[in-house]
Amino acid sequence: MDFGLSEDQRLLDETLRAFLADRVPIDVVRAERDRLLEAPETGIDRALWARLAELGMTGVLVPEEQDGSGLSLLDAALVAQALGHAVAPTPFLASGVMAPVALRTLATPEAEGELRALATGERIVGVAATELFAVREDAGLRLEGDRVHGKAMMALGGVGADALLLPIGRDRLALVAAEAPGLTQTRLATVDATRCTSELLCEGVPVLWLAREAGSSIERMLLAGRIALAADTFGACEAMIARSVAYAADRTQFGRPIGSFQAVKHMCAEMIADLEPVRSLVWYAAHCFDALPDEAPLMAHHALAHGAEVAREIASTATQVHGGVGWTDEQNLHFWFKRVATNRHLLGSPTSLREGAAALQDFGA
Amino acid sequence: MDLEYGAEYDAFREEVRAFLEAHKPGNLAEASAEDRSAWLTKQIEHGYWARTIPTEYGGYGAEPNLLHTIIMDEEFNRAGTLRGTPSQGPSMLVPTLLEHGTEEQKRRWIGPTMRGEVIWCQGYSEPGAGSDLASLQTRAVADGDDFLISGQKIWTSTADKSQMMFALVRTEADAPKHAGISYLLVPVDSPGLEVRPLRTMAGDLGPSSFNQVFFDEVRVPRSNVVGRRGEGWKIANTTLKHERNSLSSNAEGTWMRLAKLMRDETMNGVPAIASPVYRDRLMQLQARMLSMKYHALRMLTCALKEEPPGVAGLVAKLENCQLSFDMAALALDVMGELGALYDHAKYERARGHWQAHSMFALGLIIGGGTAQIQKNIIAERGLGMPREPKPAKA
Ligand SMILES: Cc1cc2nc3c(=O)[nH]c(=O)nc-3n(C[C@H](O)[C@H](O)[C@H](O)COP(=O)(O)OP(=O)(O)OC[C@H]3O[C@@H](n4cnc5c(N)ncnc54)[C@H](O)[C@@H]3O)c2cc1C
Repeated sequence: MDFGLSEDQRLLDETLRAFLADRVPIDVVRAERDRLLEAPETGIDRALWARLAELGMTGVLVPEEQDGSGLSLLDAALVAQALGHAVAPTPFLASGVMAPVALRTLATPEAEGELRALATGERIVGVAATELFAVREDAGLRLEGDRVHGKAMMALGGVGADALLLPIGRDRLALVAAEAPGLTQTRLATVDATRCTSELLCEGVPVLWLAREAGSSIERMLLAGRIALAADTFGACEAMIARSVAYAADRTQFGRPIGSFQAVKHMCAEMIADLEPVRSLVWYAAHCFDALPDEAPLMAHHALAHGAEVAREIASTATQVHGGVGWTDEQNLHFWFKRVATNRHLLGSPTSLREGAAALQDFGA
Repeated sequence: MDLEYGAEYDAFREEVRAFLEAHKPGNLAEASAEDRSAWLTKQIEHGYWARTIPTEYGGYGAEPNLLHTIIMDEEFNRAGTLRGTPSQGPSMLVPTLLEHGTEEQKRRWIGPTMRGEVIWCQGYSEPGAGSDLASLQTRAVADGDDFLISGQKIWTSTADKSQMMFALVRTEADAPKHAGISYLLVPVDSPGLEVRPLRTMAGDLGPSSFNQVFFDEVRVPRSNVVGRRGEGWKIANTTLKHERNSLSSNAEGTWMRLAKLMRDETMNGVPAIASPVYRDRLMQLQARMLSMKYHALRMLTCALKEEPPGVAGLVAKLENCQLSFDMAALALDVMGELGALYDHAKYERARGHWQAHSMFALGLIIGGGTAQIQKNIIAERGLGMPREPKPAKA
């Protein structure tokens, strides 16, 4: 019985956090935001991704046979947690988690080739998953012959990627080149400037390959994405609390540190008391993904939805602990605020996730 | 992460199950005191209660093993029966005696307490000393080989059903606040001691017992002090630690009963679970329940590895008590106007069970350190935030 991290996992966590503290401090995040404001279509920061590749982070979920490290989803969740903590601008969710899980579940020769390229970090693959759980603006992709038509909304990590993984319906999965004829990708800027989402308009886009009967691959991809996203939100919350506690020790009003006022203490205590159990739920969901797959969907729904609710409270409370400066661009706290505000709606909003959780248990309608 | 217990533990689990199948009594709430004691004694004989207490003090004498404890709790829960008894003697006094008691105190009290032959109450709170417990004023003055106790305790659960009280009293009149307190064992039938029951908000919705206790020169031998004179505050803190550990709730069982209620209870011909609004609240509570369940496993792992859990180790009481209250709140909402029925009214549901649950959950939010005090502890000890400055002396 051991509900915790292994020595290797701790080492991974520490190494990555030290790396991010050193290489992606908050002014790097800010510079990246400013760069994207200037040149919105450039997308992903490839230099940072290449440095993460050196640490092996791009191949965490790639099997060893394809030169990855073949680790578990809990390891990937730790990476996501650290990236959320640093609000690091990376395509990890799509290219480091969702694409590798989809591809390794397919286990076709094409998919294996793709995995090899992903592991090196030289190739980046975006994912269009939104229509699997929420159709708006008449979006949806279809095949005519072997060409893709239609529209996908809020594709993840696609701006500046090399290829895009497109679920078509619930059981076919296509890979298309980002530069393919007939494909128009438009960046959809969100409040969170640390990651890119986009609209894909497809007018007869040729596929690089098409996998049929890919239903379980698509499901596993979405499941892994949800758990990793919950971990990212969790990491961002950890950072917001740490910043609040540090600020409260530093800032003086009425001749004493504001952290000695009970109202401020209680805000911080509530944040951490609500957050610590979320860590356990996210880790358990990640553990289930590999070890108890029957339980994983319910745990993923709850981890993402509940984590998002807790995160909204924390983002608001942490800002209030900072007072007026918390509301400025300069203070930087808003980078985390916006990260969790956007995470809240990627891969399923809390209310619809809870409907999903109820349906998984045959409750109600 | 490895959530398997391993073969030897699976065998242990089987043993516990077989024991429960063979010996589990019927409705304990209606059993006589003798029958209850007999059931506790049987549990001790098999090592499912008082498991790690040495045999010379009436226990089973096994090595401490957290996993055995968890497995026993899980199996007794599953069988729908209590393991041991949740009263304050076994959960608070006995661990304190084991740590600080004299040989004679241990031999005299631990066995009968674990067997339910001696019931204890906790005499800490006073009218003027609740959250600020160390300001307590009940005095014990040395008189030959005895102490004479005068003063008042309040909110004393089960005092009217107890033979003994473990109490905090001020023995050193001139010592500073925290240094003048001793931990004393007091027979409830002592001359000069009077118990006056208080009616609680739960009325007769549940087996509640809440009392005031008055002391008028109550004579207790000095040998009834646990630990050294004047060190009662330190010793009480070990007791409070045990109380917080024992306040873990069976949130999963409560949630399952809530989900069942929502399937059974219909309004306008439709079960409550079919209402998207109620269902959404049920799902929110399930997520919180699950996160506390796995949080407990994470804390258990820290204990097994002897790793300090940090701030994560301080949040369970706050979160669990609120969760328990919120689950009752949904149950009451689902039952609507019928949920308010009481006192054997026609259509009353489960003898007002969820109203009682709600009120008892609220009691636990306050008792054993209020939610606000928990937040002070989390912020100061867990997050290292600055302490409240002492008010300047006038
Ligand atoms: C169901 C139940 C069972 C109990 N059983 C026992 C028992 O068996 N034996 C026993 O000795 N006692 C028992 N108690 C008493 C319990 O320990 C006290 O009620 C509790 O510690 C609070 O003290 P108080 O009632 O004096 O409230 P107060 O301390 O007066 O608190 C009133 C309010 O002020 C707040 N407050 C006080 N100080 C602070 C502070 N520093 N910071 C922020 N807020 C503060 C509290 O949080 C609370 O909201 C029981 C209580 C309940 C409800």
